[in-house]
Formats: sequence, C-alpha cells, structure tokens
Amino acid sequence: MYIVKRILIMLLTIWVIASLTFLIMKFIPGDPFASDADVLPEEVLQNIRAKYNLDEPIAVQYVLYMKDLVTFDLGFSIQSETRSVNSIIADGAPASALLGLQALVIALALGLLLGIVAALNHNKVLDYASMFIAIIGISVPSFILAPLLIKYFAVEWGMLPVASWGTWQHSILPTLALAATPLAVIARFMRSSMLEVTNQNYIKTADAKGLSKTKLVIRHGIRNAILPVISFIGPLFVSLITGTFVIEKIFAIPGIGRYFVDSIFNRDYPVIMGTTIFFSVLLVLTLFIIDISYRYIDPRIKLTSGGE
Amino acid sequence: MLERLLEVNNLEVSFKTYGGEVQAVRDVSFHVDKGEILAIVGESGSGKSVTVQSIMGLIPTPPGKIKNGEVLLEGQDLLKLSKRDMQKVKGSKISMVFQDPMTSLNPTMKVGKQIAESITTHQNIKGQEAKENAIDMIRRVGISNPAERYEQYPHEFSGGMRQRIMIAIALACHPKVLLADEPTTALDVTIQAQVLDLMKNLKDEMDTSIILITHDLGVVAETAERVAVMYGGMIVETAPVNELFNNPKHPYTWGLLESIPDIDAEDKKRLVPIEGAPPDLFSPPKGCPFAPRCKYAMDVCVEEMPPAFSIKDGHDAKCWLNDSRSPALKELVAAGRQFS
Repeated sequence: MYIVKRILIMLLTIWVIASLTFLIMKFIPGDPFASDADVLPEEVLQNIRAKYNLDEPIAVQYVLYMKDLVTFDLGFSIQSETRSVNSIIADGAPASALLGLQALVIALALGLLLGIVAALNHNKVLDYASMFIAIIGISVPSFILAPLLIKYFAVEWGMLPVASWGTWQHSILPTLALAATPLAVIARFMRSSMLEVTNQNYIKTADAKGLSKTKLVIRHGIRNAILPVISFIGPLFVSLITGTFVIEKIFAIPGIGRYFVDSIFNRDYPVIMGTTIFFSVLLVLTLFIIDISYRYIDPRIKLTSGGE
Repeated sequence: MLERLLEVNNLEVSFKTYGGEVQAVRDVSFHVDKGEILAIVGESGSGKSVTVQSIMGLIPTPPGKIKNGEVLLEGQDLLKLSKRDMQKVKGSKISMVFQDPMTSLNPTMKVGKQIAESITTHQNIKGQEAKENAIDMIRRVGISNPAERYEQYPHEFSGGMRQRIMIAIALACHPKVLLADEPTTALDVTIQAQVLDLMKNLKDEMDTSIILITHDLGVVAETAERVAVMYGGMIVETAPVNELFNNPKHPYTWGLLESIPDIDAEDKKRLVPIEGAPPDLFSPPKGCPFAPRCKYAMDVCVEEMPPAFSIKDGHDAKCWLNDSRSPALKELVAAGRQFS
C-alpha cells in the first residue's frame, strides 16, 4: 500500500515539475528562431513556428506536449533537427552517470572515513587535520577547484589528461572536483553524528560487555551514527547533479549537463523539458530508494501509508 | 567466615574540568562478600555512580582520573590490569546494569544479538549455540516467547522489559559481581518490585554478588543485606541493613531516614528535608563533609575529618558523635521516627 501511494505521489511530483518548467520556459523572452529573424523572411519563420506548434496558444502547446510525454515521446531537438531528445539523453547519460556515481561513491567513502577518524580522535591532531580538509572542501567551490586540479595535475605535472572524456584517467580529475564539497559536508556530518553516538548510554553498555574497541566502534558506533547521514544522500545527489553541469562544461565532458545548459541558451524547448524531466525522475527515484532502504537500515522505521 | 569477593580500598577519583578538579570520590573503601547484596545509598552527586564505574573501568579518562586506591576482585587488582585484560574481566566476571533502560540498548541491533554478543565475546561459544544461550537468558529474566523476542529490536520492548534484557546481558556470562546503578529508578513502582525480585532470584540461582546503587531507602530495605551510605564522595556509614535502620549512627543517615514519607502518619505531616546543600567537591571541606548541614555539628567536625568509628562488628560510622568524649544526644532517630 505504502509503495503504491508513494509511486502515485512521485508521478504527481514529476507532473508538477514538468508543468512549472513548461510555464517558466515559455516566459523566457525570445524563441528558438530569434537569431534567424533577421535573415529569414517572415513567412518562412511562421512556417517553422507552425511546425513546432509555437503559433498555438500556450495552453494548447501544453496539452500537446503532455500528450507526447505520457507516451515517453520527448520530441525532437529544435537545434539539431535530426536528433530526438530521447537519443540526446541516451547519448549523454552514460558519461554523466559514471561521473556522478564515481563522485557519489568517493564522497561517501572518504567522507565517512574522514568523519569517523575525526570523531575517534576527538580534539586531537587527526581530528583537526580532517576538519581542516573538510573546511577547505566546503569553502572552495568546484569551479575553482577544477581549474586548480587541471593546472597542477594535468598541466604542471602532466599526470592526468587536461580535459575531455574517454579512458578512466579522464574521469579522475572531474570526479575529484565534483566530489570535494559533498565529501567535506559528509565528513563534518559524520563526525558530529559519531561524537553524539559515542556519548550514548548504549555505547557504555557495549563497553561494559568487554567488547574490543574495534567491535565497539563498528557494531555499535558507526551503525547508529550513519543513519542521519543516509538521509543526507538525497540532497547530496541533487548537488552532484547540479555540480555535473559545471564540471562537464569545464572538462568538456559529453554528458547531459552540457545539453541542459546549452538548451536554455538556445531556447531549445523540447531539450529543456526533456532534460529537466529526466533529472526530476532521477531525483524522485533516488529519494524513493532512500526511503525504502531506511526500512532495512533503521528497524524503528516502519513504512505505513499514514498514521497507523 | 564469608568469602571476600570484591574489595575496594582507598579509592580516589577526580575529574578535571574548566572550573578545577572535582574530587568525586574521596578515599572510599568497602567490600562485598560472595553472594551478598550491598547497597550504596546517597543523594545525587555523592559519588555512587563514579565509584562503581571506576570498578568497571568505565570512567572516561581524561577528564576522569583514578588517583589512588585498589579494586581487588578475588585478590587481583583490576586498576592495574591492561586495557586488554580488563576487557576480559568486563562483562564476564563483573558486569553492569544501568539506570536508564530506554537508552541503554543499541536501537539498531536485535536484543537477542546484544545478549549473544556478550556470550560470544567471553565464552568459547559461537553461532547457534550462543543464540540458544541468549534465548535461554531471555526466558530466565521472565520474558515470554523468548525465541520470538530474540529477533526483536529494543523499541519493541517496554521500559521494564528492556531492563530485564539489560539484566540478561549482564548475567549472560554468569559474572561474580553485578553492579546495578539505580536499575529501578526509571521504572514505575510495580515494575520496580518485579525487577528487584528478578535480580534477587537470579543472584541466588547464579551465585552472584550484587552492588546496588540507589537513593531509595525502600529499595534498600527490601533488597540489600548490607548498606553503605555515601555523602560528599565518602562512605559515611556502613552497616547490615537491619542495624542501619534500627541503630543508625550518622546524622546524615538520620536525615535520610527522617525524610522518608510515612504512609501511616495520622496527621498529614510535612516531609522532613535535610536542610542545606551538599559540599562543593572542587574544594571539599577538611572536616566532615556533612558538618555544615548537621544540627549536631561540633567544633571538631569542621576542623578534622572523623575516622571510622566501629559501632559493632560490621557497623562503622564516620562521625565524631561516636567518640566517647562527645556529649550524649537526647534525641535519637531510628527508622525515620524520633525517639526521646
């Protein structure tokens, strides 16, 4: 029951996002052919607009778009007529997904590690060192970190390729640049969560059992400290997605982010809609998966469809 | 002659804080015999919990520091053991039940596992056998459907049930001494009695000694065989339970007994409090810590720490009134009633 309800709400969410995006998009001044207005005769322009239904009232355009959307037809790009939006997403998704997932894994793994090390060495050198790294990660934005990484690792030391996409070496620098901030946030989050758990009574109980420090930390400490961090993966995912827009641009990676940004400049309506909806679906699905997984991670949470 | 199981000698524990050093436990000595229940009574901040946590090695260091003393378990000084050796003692020879059952169990671990963990840590028992032992412990602490309960998480248990689970964890390895730090304070009265009975029964079954910390004299009367009264980080009076209630020899004990509400009182009397506040443990007084609140205080009380006067075998009181040179008192207090 809970899952059915959740799926309905997810569909509703995506519909709302799609509708709002559609409206806002139509409010942006200009249209895809604004730059052609000087060159092409008025009749030609009208014909082209008619082809994309741009001469219809907005309400009619909206209904037409929604009709296509329910059949998963996202239309064709106006900018490059031969390509459907579906194929643009299919082309760009692998690179974006790989970049995003690598960054997610690294941010989580290193962030958690850093946070745990810091908490276990509370107010000692390792704690200060970890938090120093974390503060840098939080305060340096990715669009600054990325050029710095390129300057040193690629240009000065020649260890890694400067930009573009292809081998796994190409993905190292963009992944690092993208992961830095979320990594730092997770590290700080995990540290405070871990410190809080360390003061809990059940840690004292476990200590009184005569457990070794390792077992105490892993079984009783981390397991409980990680719970609030998991709920943070949702927002983290969002920041990774928006982060890829910038990083893909800097490193010239053929991902979706680039199309998304370019489509807005070009008023390429179908691509704007298609990529936005794609990202929303991704996000809504991630949040859904996190909610479901909570059920298995925290036994106190039971999924019900209401106040039962 | 009873067998001496645990002996604490001249224990001193301090905590470093920004305000200075808090001398939480000052020269505390007591012992527990085999199969005995010793109650340590005292108000908040008197050093009861710190004392037992020092025995268990649970004092966080820093800020805490055990400055002096020895804790002898069957002759072996626990304070001298390495961390690793102490881990072997904790949970197997000495174990502990804490005050608040609602927060003392790991919320993300099945309660059965939490009991089994204690078993697998100290005994050479693994897997299915450990599980069966744990289920047996759940049954022994009086919880029905133990096999099903094994699979449940703490939030599926009530407070009293959780405290039973805590007791099961503590007794899973048949320890020689059980330290119970206000085990019933957080429970309601009917459950209190059940949990106390359970502890008494299991103590007899498993031949364990218990150190029971409480501030509830009702619990003491019902459960303990011997009582140590703590005040200002010191033990001020030790006596067998009947002797303490019938023939108390320290004004602080009198105050405690007087402050018990009397259900049979014909007219509704006001409760009798002990006036004043406990001593400042940053700079404890050089004399008797209770002197500023004591209505019988003499000059010597402020000047010099009273030694432990032996009233009779097993009954000591640290009060100058028991010195032969002190004046005789007119009012005497026993079991909360004033005699004249």
